[in-house]
Amino acid sequence: MEVYRVLIAKPGLDGHDRGAKFIARALRDAGFEVIYTGIRRTPNEIAASAVQEDVAAVGLSSMSGAHARLFPAVLASLRQAGAADIPVLGGGIIPAEDITLLQEAGICSVFTPGTPAQAIIKAFKDACQQQHQHRN
Amino acid sequence: MSSLQPAQLVEQLHRGDPRSVARAISLVEDQSDVGASIMQGLDQQRLDEALTVGITGPPGAGKSTLTGALIHHLRQQKIRVGIIAVDPSSPLTHGALLGDRIRMMDHALDQDVVVRSMATRGRLGGVCAAAGAAMRIMAASGCRVILVETVGIGQSEMDIASLADITVLVLAPGFGDEIQAMKAGILEVVDLLVINKADMPGAQKLLFDLGKGLRASDQVLQTCASEKQGTADLLTRLLSLEKMLRQEQKLQQRRLCSLRQETVDWSLELFKKRLTALVHAQHCTGIDPRVAAEQLLNRVIPG
Repeated sequence: MEVYRVLIAKPGLDGHDRGAKFIARALRDAGFEVIYTGIRRTPNEIAASAVQEDVAAVGLSSMSGAHARLFPAVLASLRQAGAADIPVLGGGIIPAEDITLLQEAGICSVFTPGTPAQAIIKAFKDACQQQHQHRN
Repeated sequence: MSSLQPAQLVEQLHRGDPRSVARAISLVEDQSDVGASIMQGLDQQRLDEALTVGITGPPGAGKSTLTGALIHHLRQQKIRVGIIAVDPSSPLTHGALLGDRIRMMDHALDQDVVVRSMATRGRLGGVCAAAGAAMRIMAASGCRVILVETVGIGQSEMDIASLADITVLVLAPGFGDEIQAMKAGILEVVDLLVINKADMPGAQKLLFDLGKGLRASDQVLQTCASEKQGTADLLTRLLSLEKMLRQEQKLQQRRLCSLRQETVDWSLELFKKRLTALVHAQHCTGIDPRVAAEQLLNRVIPG
């Protein structure tokens, strides 16, 4: 059985980590190995950690309203680290009009309050599965 | 990163490429077919030169914080360091929450600090099956020191003492009777003992209690890892212990024992899968399990 490793991170000056921790636990209970990096990380720190941990996906959480700036910044950092193939998913307090914006920037799934945990788990599974197909 | 030939991957990891190091560890951890050729291609000289240090102790004693402090001092000396941080896997879902990295994020952007969080994946001895391989991959990538942080341990998880060159047991005041109970096992097999959170009440009593059961009293160090107090001393002690072990050829002996033990552990791990399948495949006659096991073993390995 294949084990998926994922990184859950909170970029920027945002200490509200209940959502991130909830998702980390839900993924753990769904059989993922979840690396949690804690609050207030820079995009470069998140990308470097994702590379070192060889994760199949990165999940970002933002409650501060800075998602439109920070989520794409994480994508840029991953590209710079030669890890553009790692899919990034994001969630938090994100207005509807920003969702398309983020998806166009390359965030593969965006979740808002009320998204069922099962839907989030499925999105992570799909993203990881796809990433693993391109591995050795 | 798309698929790479094992030879290419090994070449890139020898150059310290972070992604190749990480991918090599994954391939071995996931028991991929190319794992063996990666391991056999590693630079033996670098493996010989590296020092592996086990950091073990009960949950909450401060292992990760102490590891973080050691990283700080190692980097001050420009020593490239690898860290393997092990946390338990769920016996029910096989999932895991790997949270040790949080205490090491000060060094997240330092390319010469290679951190890997690993889940136990069913192994019970306090480390994971692939920890030894991960250690060697990090060493081959140029890490001069590799710190292996075990899961929070109880009384019987002692695998780290055979896996690492030097093992440090981290304790903290306030664990009370649990400490007493631990005395019989792990205290006998570690090289150094650290009383962390030494500024907390009860530290002196713990020091006194522990001192009685030790081979030599200078094996105990006191630290306050969150303040980096006593941690530079700890590193000095580790490096001088390494020097001594190398001079007396003991490091080499320890490694040979360690490789043997790891081979036994891996054999049992691989064996268990096949044995389980065998047992489940045969009709259960209600025969005593001990007798059945002996019959089965005689069939598999005629003694």
